[in-house]
Amino acid sequence: MTKVPEDKRFNIARVFIESLPHAKALGMELVEIGSSTAAIRMPYIEKLIGDPETKVIHGGAVSALMDTCCGTAVMMQEKAQRGTATLDLRIDYMRSATPGQAITARAECYNITRSVAFVRAVATDDDTDRPVAMATGAFTV
Amino acid sequence: MKRPEPVQIVKQRRDAALQHLVAGIPYVNFLGVEFDRRGDELTAVMPYKEELIGNPLLPALHGGATAAFLEIAAIIELSWASLWQDIETGASSPDEIETMPIRLPKTIDFTIDYLRSGLPRDAYARAKIVRSGRRYASVHVEGWQDNRSRLFVQATGHFLMPSKDE
Repeated sequence: MTKVPEDKRFNIARVFIESLPHAKALGMELVEIGSSTAAIRMPYIEKLIGDPETKVIHGGAVSALMDTCCGTAVMMQEKAQRGTATLDLRIDYMRSATPGQAITARAECYNITRSVAFVRAVATDDDTDRPVAMATGAFTV
Repeated sequence: MKRPEPVQIVKQRRDAALQHLVAGIPYVNFLGVEFDRRGDELTAVMPYKEELIGNPLLPALHGGATAAFLEIAAIIELSWASLWQDIETGASSPDEIETMPIRLPKTIDFTIDYLRSGLPRDAYARAKIVRSGRRYASVHVEGWQDNRSRLFVQATGHFLMPSKDE
């Protein structure tokens, strides 16, 4: 069985993310890719504000980032190269993201069976020691 | 006995409150989510647009867009339920409602169960407050497209309610 060559991985993942209209609409950008990991950045854009009083990004935008990042980590697995879909995703919001700062999600596909991929992810802003949100999900293979 | 208020006045006050609640949130406008109101029952509507697609081959709605849609439905339902008392007693006039600062509940956690892929069509969602205490609330949301009984997604979330005395 062939693995995705390391040098081609980044381009494959970047093209994949760019082909998703919703990821594009949210300004998502691939930062890093590994054999079972992915990191995606979402800039602070005013149209993504969820609370006009505090100017904090809406949790839903963070969900979209987490989902995309987890899905990308799954796609890096040779078993899932034909595509994947989210079965279930749980997101814990640990604190409000700081207004004005980009949010970066890092996902790891830590187990994969013939039919299911298990993923976890962490989202941070500039203060990388204090996560904004964490996610765990199951994806189809 | 007091005569019931004319229906137009009641509706005007309810719609002003809902409008005020929803219109100020940029992300709700970005996704294009609207709310349909029948009495106190809200149905969130997300009209289809290409920007919501996550899988261009199928095509299917992005799981993140769907998650965001359900989270919006939950947050608006909670805020709407807490405003309802003021709206109904007429404690606040439509003008007062329109300038009232809105303090939204904060999401603690949100779990989305994807039952089938979202079609490139309009999506609907209704949130049910399962339990609402002074500080925490638990909400369940159902999402469907063409058939009300064929859910394509459901979610449960916990929320931190804004404190009333601040």
